[in-house]
Amino acid sequence: MIHTSFLSHDRFKFLWVALALCLISALFYLFHDPKEPANGGTWLGYSLGTVGAILILWLTYLGRRKRNFLNGSGTVKGWVSAHVYLGAALLVVGTLHTGFQFGWNIHTVAYVLMCVVIFSGFYGIYAYTALPSTRNNLKGSQTLDEIFVQVEDRDAQILKLVEGVNSQVSSAITSALDRTVIGGGYREQLFGIDRSLAMINGRLVGNPAQAAILEYLIETLSKEKGEARERLGQLLNALAERKKLLDIIRDDIKAQARTSAWLLVHVPVTFGLLASLIAHVISVFVYW
Amino acid sequence: MSDEQFEIIIIGAGPGGLSAASRAAESGVSHVLLESSPKIANTIQKYQKGKHVMATPDILPLRSPIDFQAGKREIILETWEQGISSYNTNVHYGAEAKKIEGSKGNFSVECSNGAVYRGKHIILGIGMQGNPRQLGVPGDQAELVQYQLDDPDEYSNESIVIVGAGDAAIENAVALSENNKVYIVNRKDEFARAKEGNLNLILAAIESGTIECFYRTTPNKVEETPDGERAGIFVLNTASGEAQVPVDRIIARLGAIAPRGLVESFGIEFPNDDPSAIPALSSQYESNVEGIYVIGALGGYPLIKQAMNQGYEVVEYIQGNQVKPADHELIAEKFEVLPGDLEVDDVLRSMQARIPVFEHVNALQFREIILDSNVHVFKKGDLIFKKNDYTNSFYTIFEGDVEIEAAKDLKILSKQGSFFGEMSLLSGRRRSATVFAGDNCVVIETPRRTMNKLISSVDAVKRVLDQTFIVRTIQQKFAPENSIEELMPVAENTVINQFRPGEVIFAEGDEGDTLHFIRSGSVTISSAQQGKDVIMSYVPANQAVGEMALLGDTARSATATATVKTETLSINRESFDILMDTAAGLRDRMEKIAEERNRQNVAKQSRAADSSELVSFLMGQGLGEATDVLLIDEEKCVACDFCEQACAATHDGTSRLNRKAGPTHAHIHIPTSCRHCEDPSCMKDCPPDAIQRGGVGGEVFIGDNCIGCGNCERNCPYGVIQMAYKSEAPDSYWRWMLFGLGDKPGKADKSKSANPDAIKQAVKCDMCKDIDGGPACVRACPTGAALRLSPEEFAGW
Repeated sequence: MIHTSFLSHDRFKFLWVALALCLISALFYLFHDPKEPANGGTWLGYSLGTVGAILILWLTYLGRRKRNFLNGSGTVKGWVSAHVYLGAALLVVGTLHTGFQFGWNIHTVAYVLMCVVIFSGFYGIYAYTALPSTRNNLKGSQTLDEIFVQVEDRDAQILKLVEGVNSQVSSAITSALDRTVIGGGYREQLFGIDRSLAMINGRLVGNPAQAAILEYLIETLSKEKGEARERLGQLLNALAERKKLLDIIRDDIKAQARTSAWLLVHVPVTFGLLASLIAHVISVFVYW
Repeated sequence: MSDEQFEIIIIGAGPGGLSAASRAAESGVSHVLLESSPKIANTIQKYQKGKHVMATPDILPLRSPIDFQAGKREIILETWEQGISSYNTNVHYGAEAKKIEGSKGNFSVECSNGAVYRGKHIILGIGMQGNPRQLGVPGDQAELVQYQLDDPDEYSNESIVIVGAGDAAIENAVALSENNKVYIVNRKDEFARAKEGNLNLILAAIESGTIECFYRTTPNKVEETPDGERAGIFVLNTASGEAQVPVDRIIARLGAIAPRGLVESFGIEFPNDDPSAIPALSSQYESNVEGIYVIGALGGYPLIKQAMNQGYEVVEYIQGNQVKPADHELIAEKFEVLPGDLEVDDVLRSMQARIPVFEHVNALQFREIILDSNVHVFKKGDLIFKKNDYTNSFYTIFEGDVEIEAAKDLKILSKQGSFFGEMSLLSGRRRSATVFAGDNCVVIETPRRTMNKLISSVDAVKRVLDQTFIVRTIQQKFAPENSIEELMPVAENTVINQFRPGEVIFAEGDEGDTLHFIRSGSVTISSAQQGKDVIMSYVPANQAVGEMALLGDTARSATATATVKTETLSINRESFDILMDTAAGLRDRMEKIAEERNRQNVAKQSRAADSSELVSFLMGQGLGEATDVLLIDEEKCVACDFCEQACAATHDGTSRLNRKAGPTHAHIHIPTSCRHCEDPSCMKDCPPDAIQRGGVGGEVFIGDNCIGCGNCERNCPYGVIQMAYKSEAPDSYWRWMLFGLGDKPGKADKSKSANPDAIKQAVKCDMCKDIDGGPACVRACPTGAALRLSPEEFAGW
């Protein structure tokens, strides 16, 4: 394949850099024999802390670099590759810096926030590598806009067909069209919650994945004969096709939401981490 | 018929005609200016309101009694109207010349309104645009009827009827339907002439009700209703009877009537059938019909200032005054580098005498060529151009000689009168040789556009260039150790063949009797496998196909198909055998190439089906003529749009690529973005020659001298050029990030401009030629989904 992803960028160069950093840190940690129990205050603790703090600042700088379109160095893909591998290495460096000493204090808050950022980043790697394929497989060679147009076509077809059926069925079907809901808030998008409704036999019922209206139509159809049955059959087909399209749209919205939603954790918590990191560093130097 | 006989009859009140008539009036020469429309300068009248008109070329001085300076359309038209009335110029409006009879000293011009004018000389300045076909019903000249649309954003909440079923009509209708109630009138019951993309657009719009279509309908009349709610009523003959549509505006897009037929009916000859051909003229603008002079765009001078200068000069010539053309000083300046102290006209004459390729060019055309060209004096050993440069100007040797280094150890001395650089000119490819100056070297460098114009108007030039191209190609590619003379017998039997996109050059199983060297375009090689045609490889220009069958004396083992318009040099078996005998080591080299090709084919077998489908998809999208294309891997794209933002941020605020638009196959998406075609359609009709092909990357880019005419936007088959305002101030990241001020980088709205004098100019991808590190879109992609590559690299699939 001609396109190479950020993970395999430059023959995994930054993976090797990150592994080397982890290995060196771990070796130092293993052979380091301080008088007191291992902690951030030994010479190795300070060293690892400095490396970690510099890494955090540098990793945060990606937010600037990726918008520096005019004269940024290298490619954003290269930066992302380094960001991902060195960010993962930070977990090792940061943890060794703590010397496994945790408590209810600002230092541990900073560590926990760092972990939240890193683990949300791990989800990000999954989202950036797996979800685009998912979306692509869903839609084939069509765009989302084209699928929406197809739904509109189906709607028009269905509205024409219902003109010839009895008013009870027709109002049930038009209510299902009117009350079809796509998207919604973050929760609906992330978990693909379908809040569609339909008015069936005078009662407003939930119609997720158009199941209720399809079931209603199947039941009604089995009682009909001749031309009426034929027309209901056509309606059933059209509604089933429409359901399939809606499923694709909903799954695509879900995948799209998941592709970017993790940034809503990753980025704000990074700023929290920066604040607690400053507090951690100042408190160490002023109060320790 | 009036008895008055004019000294000069001027046909067409465009810039050239107005200038000529004013000069005639100023010098007291009896004259009449005939204009078919009711106003002067019909083409400029139709520009959108407030359009900024440029006065290029800036260096050319204006020579005309009436003034012309770059500025708003209204001001220019007003200046001209004042100008012609201050000289009491004799203008007859509504007089469309239909027929010219007689000869010099006694012409008669018959107009479609029945009037007949008699005159001694005729100046023809009717332009190249042709007149848009009119509605042809009562009221078709009403204020509310227009025959073109410049900016659909100008209109909103109007009721508009579009008449026509071609691409222009559809594009207008769809664009206007965003903010207006739009109807489209189609004489037939389908849109048969439209491009597929436009067809889908219009059918979808009609289906959804955004546009209402009258099929099988013709216009009946236009009635103005000054007191009504709308500006008028458009009466239509529909299939079911008469319909009345209240309208604010009627836009008729019915094509144009090209002026060539009319001009030929006057007895004026064109050198060939090329649509861009212009009549042959003397150095005083006189045509083959004595007494009829041709000026302006019809004579090959599309710019306003040139036409006005010609208008002045031609009146002087008719009076027998030998004025020096306005460009005299400019040419003199070009010749300043030359040793000696020769007159401009003498130098021009001696150039034509010494350089055979310019021999058949008339004096006027040659002057124009020199005006566009540069004269260089080189010291021995100076580099003129380097192999693999992406320049494509054409050089002729006026004095001394040059050394052409086509390959290592292949140095050819070229002497006075001969030319070089034709390979890149004709193929649109990189330079195939390095050229150094020899002794006393003086060369003329002529730009590509000027040469192309010349090739299409003078057959002899094309013939000479083609012959040289053939023999030099054979020497370079097959027989570097042989001299041109030794290769002439082969070259003489080699022909240039043209193939349409999709045309089969040779088919599997055919007798293998010809070798094809691809001069421009590209070819796919496919073979039938399990009943399906599977593409094995893509062969770009500058390579040969069909050599396997000639070497092995077998039938064709595969089919070769042109992906785009393709030209090949075809060498038949007999010539090929002669070549084999003449050129040392050629057989060995060809056999090596055949081996390599077989090796590739075997390697390809395992993944042939997928890769074949992908390659045929890419070719189907016209990538066979691309030199560099943006492809997005949908399996890696996270839809962050950083590619577009990066493009906008680095290019005056307008993204030159549209990520979402464009087709997808499997997971490869071709976004709407310039492909930097080998032979770019956008470059074909750029009046100020603002579109250029650049240095190292061969990128096609638009310079600052763009006048905003929009020709390139219309000519690009891939829709990658847009008209946009320039950004006033660059985006600032820190101002946006820290204070929330200004636009997010790459996210500014550039559909409006704060500067009222700003004009929309054409913008397109320039491959970030001015930015270190390569294309910003690719560099800004966080996941590696965006990649620019050349078709040669498709072989990786």
